[in-house]
Amino acid sequence: MKIRIKFGKYGAMKFIGHLDIMRYFQKAMRRAGIPISYSGGYSPHMIMSFASPLGVGLTSDGEYMDIEAEECLPSEEAVRRLNDVMVEGMKVFRYRLLPDDAGNAMSLVAAADYLVCFREGCAPALAWQDQLQDFFSQDEIPILKKTKKSEKVVDIKPLIYSLELCEGDIISMRLSAGSADNLKPELVMEAFAAFSGFELPQFGIQIHRKELYARSEDTLLPLEALGEDIGE
Amino acid sequence: MRKLALSDEILMTIEKPARYIGNEVNSVTKDPDQIDIRFCMCFPDVYEIGMSHLGIQILYDLFNRRQDTWCERVYSPWVDLDRIMREKEIPLFALESQDPVKDFDFLGITIQYEMCYTNILQILDLSKIPLIARDRTDEDPIVIGGGPCTYNPEPLADFFDLFYIGEGETVYDQLLDTYKEHRKNGGSRQDFLLRAAQIPGIYVPMFYETTYLEDGTVDKFRPVRPDVPEVIEKQMALNVNPLPYPMKPIVPFIKVTQDRVVLEIQRGCIRGCRFCQAGMLYRPTREKDLEVLKQYAYEMLKNTGHEEISLSSLSSSDYSQLEELVQFLIEEFKGQGINISLPSLRIDSFSLDVMSKVQDVRKSSLTFAPEAGSQRLRNVINKGLTEEDILNGARLAFIGGWNRVKLYFMLGLPTETEEDIRGIAHLSEKIAELYYETVPKENRSGKCQIVASTSFFVPKPFTPFQWARMCTKEEFLDKARTVNLEIKNQLNRKSIKYNWHEADVTVLEGIFARGDRRIGAAIQLAYERGALYDAWSEYFDNERWMKAFEDCGLDVDFYTVRERGEDEVFPWDFIRIGVTKRHLFKEWERAAQKIVTPNCREKCSGCGAAVYGGGVCFENQN
Repeated sequence: MKIRIKFGKYGAMKFIGHLDIMRYFQKAMRRAGIPISYSGGYSPHMIMSFASPLGVGLTSDGEYMDIEAEECLPSEEAVRRLNDVMVEGMKVFRYRLLPDDAGNAMSLVAAADYLVCFREGCAPALAWQDQLQDFFSQDEIPILKKTKKSEKVVDIKPLIYSLELCEGDIISMRLSAGSADNLKPELVMEAFAAFSGFELPQFGIQIHRKELYARSEDTLLPLEALGEDIGE
Repeated sequence: MRKLALSDEILMTIEKPARYIGNEVNSVTKDPDQIDIRFCMCFPDVYEIGMSHLGIQILYDLFNRRQDTWCERVYSPWVDLDRIMREKEIPLFALESQDPVKDFDFLGITIQYEMCYTNILQILDLSKIPLIARDRTDEDPIVIGGGPCTYNPEPLADFFDLFYIGEGETVYDQLLDTYKEHRKNGGSRQDFLLRAAQIPGIYVPMFYETTYLEDGTVDKFRPVRPDVPEVIEKQMALNVNPLPYPMKPIVPFIKVTQDRVVLEIQRGCIRGCRFCQAGMLYRPTREKDLEVLKQYAYEMLKNTGHEEISLSSLSSSDYSQLEELVQFLIEEFKGQGINISLPSLRIDSFSLDVMSKVQDVRKSSLTFAPEAGSQRLRNVINKGLTEEDILNGARLAFIGGWNRVKLYFMLGLPTETEEDIRGIAHLSEKIAELYYETVPKENRSGKCQIVASTSFFVPKPFTPFQWARMCTKEEFLDKARTVNLEIKNQLNRKSIKYNWHEADVTVLEGIFARGDRRIGAAIQLAYERGALYDAWSEYFDNERWMKAFEDCGLDVDFYTVRERGEDEVFPWDFIRIGVTKRHLFKEWERAAQKIVTPNCREKCSGCGAAVYGGGVCFENQN
């Protein structure tokens, strides 16, 4: 059976990269006694895939992985068992059964919510807050995209679904995500800095991912909404 | 949430920030207000190496079992962070609390190999603890050294407040209790060190001095005060079964060298190879019970979530219940996606059978350690592996489908001749020939791959070869060239790959291994001139070292290429390890006569380790 797990990553854990988080969860599954399925062959590995790698330095409330399980474990019990073996800064929120024909999390990701704030001492001296709406109201937001071979100008405006200022000078944004049109919040902030005419220092912003979404007809659904809790 | 010692900006700039944030699964956090003793345990190398060390996991667990003690860890900051810490004057911190090491009661440093000596100074320096023990005040932690290199602690004597000679499980409690009492009563650092020096196995170097003869050798080593012992006795746990063992070892986030559950199956070795220091230091051999190990395996796998389990000992094939243990591991865990990683076993039908069960034959290789190229020289070094053993093992393996063989040798062993050196090439050739004879063409998957590797021999204290002359760098390289040329001139040269170790770093290891107190000044000078991470070839600078010895007025050859006489007093003679100097010298003479000495189970040779009253020495007398 297919299971979707939602978890969060906080504090010092933001320095643990994606590959190490995968290894961390493989070991956590064993410690928690989650009845996860293995592939065959000489060195069997757990059937586990992550929705969207989170960059080093980012924290998150909305990380997902899909696993294949051998037997049914009530959601509450599974979440408890996993949280019992988590380290500080890792928290499991959901353990949900997916329909058999569900697509995997990675292929479904269509959008992501982020909260962005300036690190202490890194906020620009000018009144950037007033310019945020003007920045977002532009018809086009062209940025220079550098690849190994070439540079080209890309319009990221269609990939920004929403952008607004929240309390405490936090910028909330919903961006296109996934394998096709993935937009990083750093790029949006760079474009905003260029628009407002301030210098964005390296590591000047702290980014927190709130949620990952799948597209369902005309709306965006949090990935967790595609599964159901397993009762006792 | 804990506050990290390093800013986000620094952590985002350096390689592998996970090395410095702590918080790993099973790491221990305590409330510092409820604690009497704060102990910082250090492995002076990069995190991935240090985290792979079993000894630290054992001591970490041992100390943290005490309610009054909080043991934390620190490893060498990598060169990128080292630079930043110096620039920004950030004091070195422990991983768990992220508090400065300088604020701890103890800094314990495990000294596993000579090439980490400058990293020890880096740890002290970055912690802002004076490098020289005499310069420290009551504000500084007590700096303790332990591990194999402390069996000749003299090159490091100036830098340590005390050395713990022997196995950590024995007198550490006594040392910590003494410290607690000392703190309660108040008293100087000197007072504590004096009390510590009364504890068996504890060596406080500042209470001792060495005088030298005109030829530079040691005249006398003696206490400078009447109330400290003249000799230091190695501490050892006779019964290894009831010893505390970490049921919840720390699980690192990043991949480290030893990323698995490690079961220590025995201590000591029955073999008595004459070059091997561990084989003498850890006598007598003591085995752990099978039932104890089975229970450990369950618990440790459960508590870590590791996907691999491995065995640790000096010679696993000699563990008397190895077959039962390995069968148990395979039956119990193989089906649960747990890899069984076998240590180097003697290659025979048993080991090949289990290896074929736990690994992919096509992808794995077999390892033999003949150590020397000829039977004559193998007799000299007392390596009881014959050419027949090797060829029989290889034949069985080739039939079983293996086609990769690794061979380990040493160059520069005492009495070695040109013929012995060429023997390395010849033995490799014979194994290659055997492959083509044994495996019919249609069953071969390409060539057989033989990798012959040579390291250069370093005479170590407390071995029968402690009297031996060590080769120069040029001699070593000549020998390696001879092997290389001989292999290149053989028919099966394309099936044999030859690797050799760096020669100049070996010479430095040789100086440290048998060095005396005078060496310390050169270590400090080289460190101050930038030497660090000497075990890493990209950072090792031989010229800097040679210049440091020269500037300290030290003659490198005195420590390395000089054969010692029977009556010479060695800098490490004041340490008692059970095995007597008389026995070691007898073995040195037997080596010259090419006489093999039987192993401890075949026949007791009266090495002296029986004085402890246990282990293999008394196995069949109960």
